[in-house]
Amino acid sequence: MATRDASDFDFEGAAAFEEQAQRERVAGLGPWRVALRRLRRNRVALAFLVIFILLVAAALAAPIWENVAGRGPLANNLSGKVTLDGEEANVVSLDGIPIGPTWQSEYLMGADSNGRDIMVRLLYGGRSSLLIGLSAALLTTLLSIALGTLAGFFRGVVDAMIRFTLDVIWAFPVILLGVALGTALSLGGLQVGPVEISGDSKLIPILIIGFVYIPYMARPIRGQVLSMREKEFVEAARAQGMGPLRTIVSEILPNLSSTIVVFFPIMVANAILLEAALSFLGAGVRPPEPSWGNMIDSGVDRIVTAPHQAIVPGVMLVLTVLSLNVFGDGVRDAFDPRAKVRVDH
Amino acid sequence: MARFIVRRLIQMVLVMFSVSVLTFLIFNVIPNGDPAVRMAGKQPTETQIQAIREEWGFDEPLHVQYLTTMEKVFTGDLVSYTTQLDVVDQIVQGIPRTLSLAVGAAILWMLFAVALGLYSAMKAGRFADRFLTVLALIGISMPVFWLGALMNYYLGFKAGIFPNGGYVELTEDPIDWAYHLVMPWVALSVLFIGIYSRVLRSNVLDTMNEDYVRTARAKGLSERRILVRHVLRNSLIPIVTLWGLDFGLVVGGGAILTETVFDLEGVGQFAADAIGQLDVPPVLAITMFVAFFVVLLNAIVDILYAVLDPRVRLQ
Repeated sequence: MATRDASDFDFEGAAAFEEQAQRERVAGLGPWRVALRRLRRNRVALAFLVIFILLVAAALAAPIWENVAGRGPLANNLSGKVTLDGEEANVVSLDGIPIGPTWQSEYLMGADSNGRDIMVRLLYGGRSSLLIGLSAALLTTLLSIALGTLAGFFRGVVDAMIRFTLDVIWAFPVILLGVALGTALSLGGLQVGPVEISGDSKLIPILIIGFVYIPYMARPIRGQVLSMREKEFVEAARAQGMGPLRTIVSEILPNLSSTIVVFFPIMVANAILLEAALSFLGAGVRPPEPSWGNMIDSGVDRIVTAPHQAIVPGVMLVLTVLSLNVFGDGVRDAFDPRAKVRVDH
Repeated sequence: MARFIVRRLIQMVLVMFSVSVLTFLIFNVIPNGDPAVRMAGKQPTETQIQAIREEWGFDEPLHVQYLTTMEKVFTGDLVSYTTQLDVVDQIVQGIPRTLSLAVGAAILWMLFAVALGLYSAMKAGRFADRFLTVLALIGISMPVFWLGALMNYYLGFKAGIFPNGGYVELTEDPIDWAYHLVMPWVALSVLFIGIYSRVLRSNVLDTMNEDYVRTARAKGLSERRILVRHVLRNSLIPIVTLWGLDFGLVVGGGAILTETVFDLEGVGQFAADAIGQLDVPPVLAITMFVAFFVVLLNAIVDILYAVLDPRVRLQ
């Protein structure tokens, strides 16, 4: 969404950009203020941010809708009936086909093959997917900052070891590693010292997704720290007698913030997509607890008889991921138009 | 230069070794039940389990198990725990299918990405550019298996335009082969078209600001010639790098989701099935197979960069 790209084709655009940059410099604004100002002008990015916030709010409001619809996300209803235009209709027909969207409070988006209310599950599933997406992205970010900064700042053996570890993780396709870990862990759970995580805990997909994306973020951070440590301000810090830890905290980390801000929304988007992919291969959030991923998975299996079961959660997921990607694109344009952000999924 | 290549190759072997150890550990250290019990079937006796344990070497220490398994990977004697079929044979069976998917999709996504990315850059900031940007973002926001399932349902099942999954040998009937692969190609390409066209667009815009483009324009070359000869050629380098890496990933079985949703029974789907059954030998072999392509293509890219840019060698 480069509304004002420095590299616009026509000369007028470029000139206007320069002029504007000049004005911003004269006003003496910090890089954050400049970026926020640019972001504020990007209406499309802001509109999608609003969509994302609304989606999060809807997921948080799941219990309210549960009351409206009158049933919980796990309540089966194979033999129940709903009143549609004054007529009674089976929630799940005798040959096992669930009812489609009713457009009323009960079964707004139809039922699934167990007679559960898809709308209620969609909102609760959104909680799972968003929780996993946000936590996994946070985990990736924290670990990438730690590894990237250590490798880039200390270089030498530390760098060689961290880089090698990242190369090994990188050599696995994201999905293959994720599914392998997910399948193995969901059977036996995970025991780290005294902490025991059971196999059906949501912490497992969070840990897996947070882990597999580390190289995608740690590598660019390492590169940035590597070039930063040669800059004058780091040298000045060293000359003042600052130790490595203080230099990292007060000089390096603040300068990484724009990279992190640019990466974060895109990491969340990819984490949500990976959760869905893991669920599709049977290694994500374990049913019956809903997540968008496992709802799409069960919908795909029954797409011929009840396509709404696959379409509804899929549209919700695409809308969420799209809103994060468009907003993330706007953030990148505002903070760092030259940033090379690329994540596989 | 020779030293750089040797160093890179040693690193490659080390990464491959670590990948195999890590895969082995994932399935052997994380408690997932005793493979001997799983293989013994329903209500096994203790002696049966013990016999299987001895036969397959599950009673040996871990490092011995690892070494024997790896030996079998390289001699081609690896046998699946569940089907007892030869793993290498099964991978070889999957290769033509996976390769068909990879080659067609790679050509498709490159063509569209270049066309759309270039057009987007030429119209930068205008409506067409924004429209294509949104389209590209929608493309990278869709889970491929969902898109594939919808295509299967609407284009395959309902409209009956394309066949629902399956694979026909190229040698058997080339037209039917392509006909069966159209939907998988398109589904797999969507994501890559989204990524590549965005990268190309920003590369083209960056290149347009280079001095040599201004020089070309100053000496009076036509816009068309500037665009093709000077801008596009230089903007394509990073894209071609990505192309190589992603192609390697797909050939190695990385397109697990696409293969599964269209039931192509290629290397990727084989991997997914094996993981689901905790069948360690095929998983280990396929992981090595994929990692080999990823690591090899990475090394080739690094070496090519070192050839082109001497500064890289000093790192």
